[in-house]
Amino acid sequence: MFEINCDVVIIGGGPAGLAAAIGAKEEGAEKVLIIERDNALGGILQQCIHPGFGLTRFKEELTGPEFYGKFVDRAKELGVEYMLNSMVLSVDHENSQVICVSSEKGMTCVHAGSIVLAMGCRERTRANIVTPGTRPAGLYTAGAAQRLVNRQNIMVGKKVVILGSGDIGMIMARRMSLEGAKVVCVVELMSYLAGLTRNRVQCLDDFGIPLKLAHTITRIEGNERVTGVWVAPVDENKVPIKEQEEFIECDTVLFSVGLLPENELTRKAGIAINPITNGPEVNQYMQTSVPGVFACGNVVHVNDLADNVSEESARAGKYAAQYAMKKLPTSTGTVTCVTGRNVRYLCPQKIQKAEGSEKVSLYFRVLNPELGVKLVAKCGDEIIAQKKAFRVNPGEMDHIAVDTAKLTTDAITVEVVKED
Amino acid sequence: MLKTDVVVIGAGAVGCAIARELSKYEINVIVVDKNDDVGGDASKSNSAIIHTGYDAAPGTLESQLVVAANPMYDEVVKDLDVPFARIGAILPAITQEQYDQLPAIKEKAFRNHVYDVEFKTGEELLAMEPNLNPEVKGGLWIPRESIIDPFILVQALAENANANGVEFLLNTKVTGIKTENGKVKSVETTSGEIETTYVINAAGLYCDEIAEMVGKADYKVVARKGQFYILDKNTSCQVEHIVLPIPTKVTKGKLMCPTIHGNMLVGPTAEDQESKEDKSTSTEGLNSIAADVRNLVPNVNLRETITQYSGLRPNRNPEGLHFDMYDDLQGYVNLSGVRSTGLTLSLSMGKYVVQQLQYHGLEMTFKKNFIKERKGVVKFSECTLEEQEKLIQENPLYGNIICRCETITEAEILDAIHRPLGAKSMDAVKRRVRAGMGRCQGGFCGPKVLEILAREWQCDASEINKNVAGSYMVTGVTRR
Repeated sequence: MFEINCDVVIIGGGPAGLAAAIGAKEEGAEKVLIIERDNALGGILQQCIHPGFGLTRFKEELTGPEFYGKFVDRAKELGVEYMLNSMVLSVDHENSQVICVSSEKGMTCVHAGSIVLAMGCRERTRANIVTPGTRPAGLYTAGAAQRLVNRQNIMVGKKVVILGSGDIGMIMARRMSLEGAKVVCVVELMSYLAGLTRNRVQCLDDFGIPLKLAHTITRIEGNERVTGVWVAPVDENKVPIKEQEEFIECDTVLFSVGLLPENELTRKAGIAINPITNGPEVNQYMQTSVPGVFACGNVVHVNDLADNVSEESARAGKYAAQYAMKKLPTSTGTVTCVTGRNVRYLCPQKIQKAEGSEKVSLYFRVLNPELGVKLVAKCGDEIIAQKKAFRVNPGEMDHIAVDTAKLTTDAITVEVVKED
Repeated sequence: MLKTDVVVIGAGAVGCAIARELSKYEINVIVVDKNDDVGGDASKSNSAIIHTGYDAAPGTLESQLVVAANPMYDEVVKDLDVPFARIGAILPAITQEQYDQLPAIKEKAFRNHVYDVEFKTGEELLAMEPNLNPEVKGGLWIPRESIIDPFILVQALAENANANGVEFLLNTKVTGIKTENGKVKSVETTSGEIETTYVINAAGLYCDEIAEMVGKADYKVVARKGQFYILDKNTSCQVEHIVLPIPTKVTKGKLMCPTIHGNMLVGPTAEDQESKEDKSTSTEGLNSIAADVRNLVPNVNLRETITQYSGLRPNRNPEGLHFDMYDDLQGYVNLSGVRSTGLTLSLSMGKYVVQQLQYHGLEMTFKKNFIKERKGVVKFSECTLEEQEKLIQENPLYGNIICRCETITEAEILDAIHRPLGAKSMDAVKRRVRAGMGRCQGGFCGPKVLEILAREWQCDASEINKNVAGSYMVTGVTRR
């Protein structure tokens, strides 16, 4: 078997993996290797040819390829190494190695000082949400359709209904319209938008595509190819109101019904997974329950913005490098982060205390939309950080920074408080 | 005009098993099927269980054939390289009323010559199957109930029959059967007329329509829908055996069992319907599965589902499995009522039909060069590291993983496409090598498989179907 030694090995060459590799190099790791299963670096951003990337990070609006292009350039400049068309089959953290396979090198064993998981996420499917009906051709997840249209130049259909108002769904509504397809409507189960407001404006409103909030597809029809869907409004318990069901003719249904971190390798390696995020539990160093394994990006929790992924991943890379060089700060205790009122999950789930003071950003998503609120972080009963928010929305991630010097041994609670 | 000795209508489990059995003799055989792939309709959407026949109606042909078929699997799956496991079934009694039924069920098994059914206490069953309802009072253990890959079984039978000279005409619909002086003369199809001495109607759901062509439709096929859930391989609550409910007067009930590939299968419903085409799932049906199976396995997690499907059992009215030959229509064989047990009894039905043909004058000479074995697609993910290395050395495409969820390589997909009776559609690839059968349901590999199919068949992607004609995957190209 082919053997390779390196300081930091990164699984996945998308925005997370690239930023982690740069972070590791900049921290001083000598040999940093990315293992990527696709035939090029960039991950899912290769098919994200729309603009909207980089506003936070680069203060300019870039397309997906422009955005990751900057990271690829920097990574190459720093001498990050990478293997393409290579699929990792297992992570063996006890021996600090990963096994991967490629046509070119066959089975390869990579020994590393530390391992960074950056495998990203996958889409939930029609089956996950149990949409009844037939199983004809013409049912796609929005991302699969996006790949066909943007990377393979293949049109998937002519008359489209989109289920789910996630960002990919809305972006595909615009993309399909630009390619001459008729997008009949976007159907959303919740009474609010799942994705970013700007995407609703730019992708639906500007193209006159109706958005049906609090509606769902109750049945799919068609034996060979989709012939249409039944759509009904839902009551407050999200149960469809049968009497108001209407038939919408279409030949294609795109599902944009959420993303799931892709943690098959993580699970197999016995790394602790958070049941809410479906990603590995991490501390502020993005270190998992296994000390030598770090994780970042959508494999940890699904982000809205690639910009956030890059920030978090640069951190993972930095600390993975420190771990490999045996420079990771010595922990003087662990503080757990718990969700309070209207908070669905928190990331990181743990904070390692160490000498000195450090600013740690706690990222979170709310359960329900609210207006005029305050975001509060407490350690025990002590408020250690707070800030006002005009609006919170489950589709848009929030964060609050805390100072580790203010921590006691008590758990940190983050909550959304109504402003009086 | 094509000329043959026997035409088999239907390339499902029964049709392919008959064809393989016939291919052991010096007989010319043509199998026709309306679909573009072997595998039939009912044969590919069922619970994938090889039954023992313990609960059949004693003394019936169905009982006889199921009981005879079960022991035949050990050798056939070895010869034909079909994934199969004798995991056994348990029949737990949760209520006292169910418990009181156990002796009668065991006695019925005995009358079906299934002698190895054993009583187990509640503790014994919980030790075997920890996720069982803890209120279980006791139950029966049916050791030879088994699970199989139903797709591979039919493909293997067909491929092996094909290797032994049987011709398959796919995408071919039978439009008529010509008779002359009370004898079969030819079969008319959308691919032309085939002159033949014998016709075997193994058309499953459509067998009454074929029977109609020769005026022998003294019955109607009643499609009985069964809806199923398939759960993720990682689902939190699993079982290791086939967990069967105690049947009621109305229904055999819903079961939970592992599939041969490690998913959990939960279902089916039993809903009689007019349509032979409507294979849709429904909220009501799926919800009824949840309610029933929780009685057996309370913690079953149906939210960890990766797909739901339904299949149609070709029941018949009047009921029962029927094998019919007619004095006034020599050469015509009618099989009907081949329902839930059809997959199991396909092997014995093959033997039964051949024997009957011999009784009715078909001359049977053993083929001296019969090829007994068939090799399946090599499964990269099931190989050892050393074997994997060797595979990639010999063919680098084993190093290119196309389906991430099931770890399926490009080499396996090419094998599925280029082997005899190879895959032309997306589902045909999926049913041969499982690309797209994992948790992402083809989200990642679908676009790649489409590209590979178009490349290998040298056609445009828009000509590739999901399965049957008209199920086109894509509509064309983007604006240039």
